[in-house]
Amino acid sequence: MSSASFNYIRAAELTDALARGERAGAAYLAGGTDLLPLWKASLTAPQEVIDISHLPLATITRSGDALTIGATARLSDIAAHPEVKAHYPLVCDGILASASGQVRNVATMGGNLLQRTRCPYFRDAGLACNKRDPGSGCGTRHGENRHAVLFGGSPSCVATHPSDLAVALAALDAKIVVSSANGERELALSELYPLPGETTAPDSSLRPGEMITAIRMLNAARFANHATYLKIRDRASFEFAVVSVAAALRIEDGAIAEARLAAGGVAPLPWRLEKSEAALIGRAPTEEAFAEAGALAIGGARPLEGNAFKIPLLRNAVIRALQTAGGQS
Amino acid sequence: MPSSFALACHNRGRTFQCHGDVHHMTQSLNANIPKQSIALSIKINGTRYEREIAPTATLLDVIRDELGLTGTKKGCDMGGCGACTVLVAGRRIASCLALAASFGEADVTTIEGIGTADRLHPLQDAFIRHDALQCGYCTPGQILSAIALLAEGPLSIDDIREGMSGNLCRCGAHANIVAAIAEVGGL
Repeated sequence: MSSASFNYIRAAELTDALARGERAGAAYLAGGTDLLPLWKASLTAPQEVIDISHLPLATITRSGDALTIGATARLSDIAAHPEVKAHYPLVCDGILASASGQVRNVATMGGNLLQRTRCPYFRDAGLACNKRDPGSGCGTRHGENRHAVLFGGSPSCVATHPSDLAVALAALDAKIVVSSANGERELALSELYPLPGETTAPDSSLRPGEMITAIRMLNAARFANHATYLKIRDRASFEFAVVSVAAALRIEDGAIAEARLAAGGVAPLPWRLEKSEAALIGRAPTEEAFAEAGALAIGGARPLEGNAFKIPLLRNAVIRALQTAGGQS
Repeated sequence: MPSSFALACHNRGRTFQCHGDVHHMTQSLNANIPKQSIALSIKINGTRYEREIAPTATLLDVIRDELGLTGTKKGCDMGGCGACTVLVAGRRIASCLALAASFGEADVTTIEGIGTADRLHPLQDAFIRHDALQCGYCTPGQILSAIALLAEGPLSIDDIREGMSGNLCRCGAHANIVAAIAEVGGL
């Protein structure tokens, strides 16, 4: 148990929460399913916990081509929402591949996107980790690294982003709505997650006090008929991805008109496979096209000593996800 | 996972908490933060309880240590094992990951609110007949999780296996647990 105490503040208004959130030592609490384990393990020690779970930020609305999901919508409520199920099944697949029923009933959309890495060197306060303790080094790079990144790593950090939902949202080109005391701004999902630098590895590009208040997707329902989330993990359920792939296709007159592929478990952020996507355009959804997309997915991979097995795993996961998505009607 | 050192401190904390000292102890370690006390009014199994709690208290610790409802178990205390599962407005949650102060208005059901020795809940009866437990430590969480799972909608055997993955049984009774839930679910 952590030895550090904190004060609890239940935010009555968003403006109140945002003003308090700018202060040093402040942390937002929504579901708490990541914050509390981090606090219990002494990996974080906020002085003031600002509870935003009672703010009216949990609504899910579909209006025309746009879907908006509020930041504090619970994962299980998003996955069970009739319009999300009907038009954005990839979002439901990603959520239902995550965590357990108990956790999904409490964990929120915004908290899921901002959950901290599961890298075991980060999660153990006794080990070197630049993300947790800048300048202390990266224990993973020359240590136990079967879980580490293939893409986007730096000498300072090779930790993956653990969210399944983020991978699904990356494939659907979701935008992140961020609020602060200064107003609102919108980011592409990829802009939320900076790549690690030479000596530091920030989790997100959010500034102090900024809060994700919603995500938005435009016209993403066009992929509803040909989308899947494939998650490969060490046990069948309640486990983080070793490798995962979100695949979304739009097939018109027997040819692939649009393709979106994002991979999880291989990078510090959901890793879009743009070369694979481009190779699929105009092709029939055939084994040959899928195999080519799979081969292109692994270009540029930079394995460490223990994680080279992820390279063929990623290639094959891309092929299998495309077979599933392409075979739907 | 918690280290052995953390676990030892944690057990010590529980002993102190029985004497009502733990909050003073933890507060004194972080002198920068003025001591805060939260007035909690929470409904559990139909009864309303009013307590002053520490801002850091989890729902699990309040249920067990403040209210003495020890049917809810503490296993990993990190959301991984499901022994602490309770229902909030009918939905299953891991009470060890719930900050009690955030759940002030919650309507909570613990295993003490499910069945009685004379009139078991059908799942409790099925667990006994299917030999779905050995030591029994995980059973309250298994029962509450299964109640909520069956209420979530129609299920297949695979759905039960997937849906119960948040509840671990170190005695390895999972096959019989699935069979007991399947029977009550009409499969």
